[in-house]
Amino acid sequence: MSERTVAKREESAVADTRDEERTVAPVVDIFEVADGLAVVADLPGVEKDAVDVQVDDSVLTISAKTAGGRPGEEVYSEYAPADYFRQFRLSEHVDQEKIHAEMKLGVLTVHLPKVEKSKPKRIAIQMAS
Amino acid sequence: MTIRTWNPFRELDVLRQEVERAFDTYGRPWRQGSALRAVPLHYPLLNVSEDKDNVYVEALAPGIDPETLDVTVVRDTLRIAGEKQALSDEIKPEAYHRNERSAGKFVRTLTLPVEVDGESVTAEYRNGVLHITLAKVEAAKPKQIEVAVS
Repeated sequence: MSERTVAKREESAVADTRDEERTVAPVVDIFEVADGLAVVADLPGVEKDAVDVQVDDSVLTISAKTAGGRPGEEVYSEYAPADYFRQFRLSEHVDQEKIHAEMKLGVLTVHLPKVEKSKPKRIAIQMAS
Repeated sequence: MTIRTWNPFRELDVLRQEVERAFDTYGRPWRQGSALRAVPLHYPLLNVSEDKDNVYVEALAPGIDPETLDVTVVRDTLRIAGEKQALSDEIKPEAYHRNERSAGKFVRTLTLPVEVDGESVTAEYRNGVLHITLAKVEAAKPKQIEVAVS
């Protein structure tokens, strides 16, 4: 699994390029589970409905919009609320039908089950008599 | 004898380190952890804003069990403590492709711009962001002075 550095440009070419610049790459954990891969991403400040997870041409795209607006006048700021965007190239064949994602406390978990044929298969070894 | 080849990228890296040292991290909460990603020096990251009556603090703290969050105020000092749970222990280290998220206990104290009323502080944890609203003490609120026209 490698991070895709050159994003697919076809659809983003139309979008406002300034939007793209202001996105933040969320920190992620990616690990193997029994039936495939799991991706856990920190997306603080994102509503469940504002997350978009897509797998297209074995590229996983996570994009999310933050609900902006803070009360009052800024006194001190360590982060600028920005939308999230990150892409990964998946090396394994992921069963697109079975992908599911959940959002809890600002953390997104995406389960990417492998297609049956790319799961490890135990080969029975016959004893030669 | 060791053979050292000249690596222009290494030279660039040395230069980058020199520049970083020169500017240090004073006043900047972000440190370049690698060429690709910034690592926060403080956790959680905070934004502070205010209006006439209140001071608002937002802390970027995803994935925290709200039960572990502890927010206390003494005069003009706000303290936020909590614990970010690690993912399940059942995940073997070798199963990780990437492990960028951190876990563990944290404490952060912040000096607020004005003194606040400790009795009227509200904190709400929503979508991984902690929103704290602190009411200013009466003495710290701006007073509107009527200008008399004679």
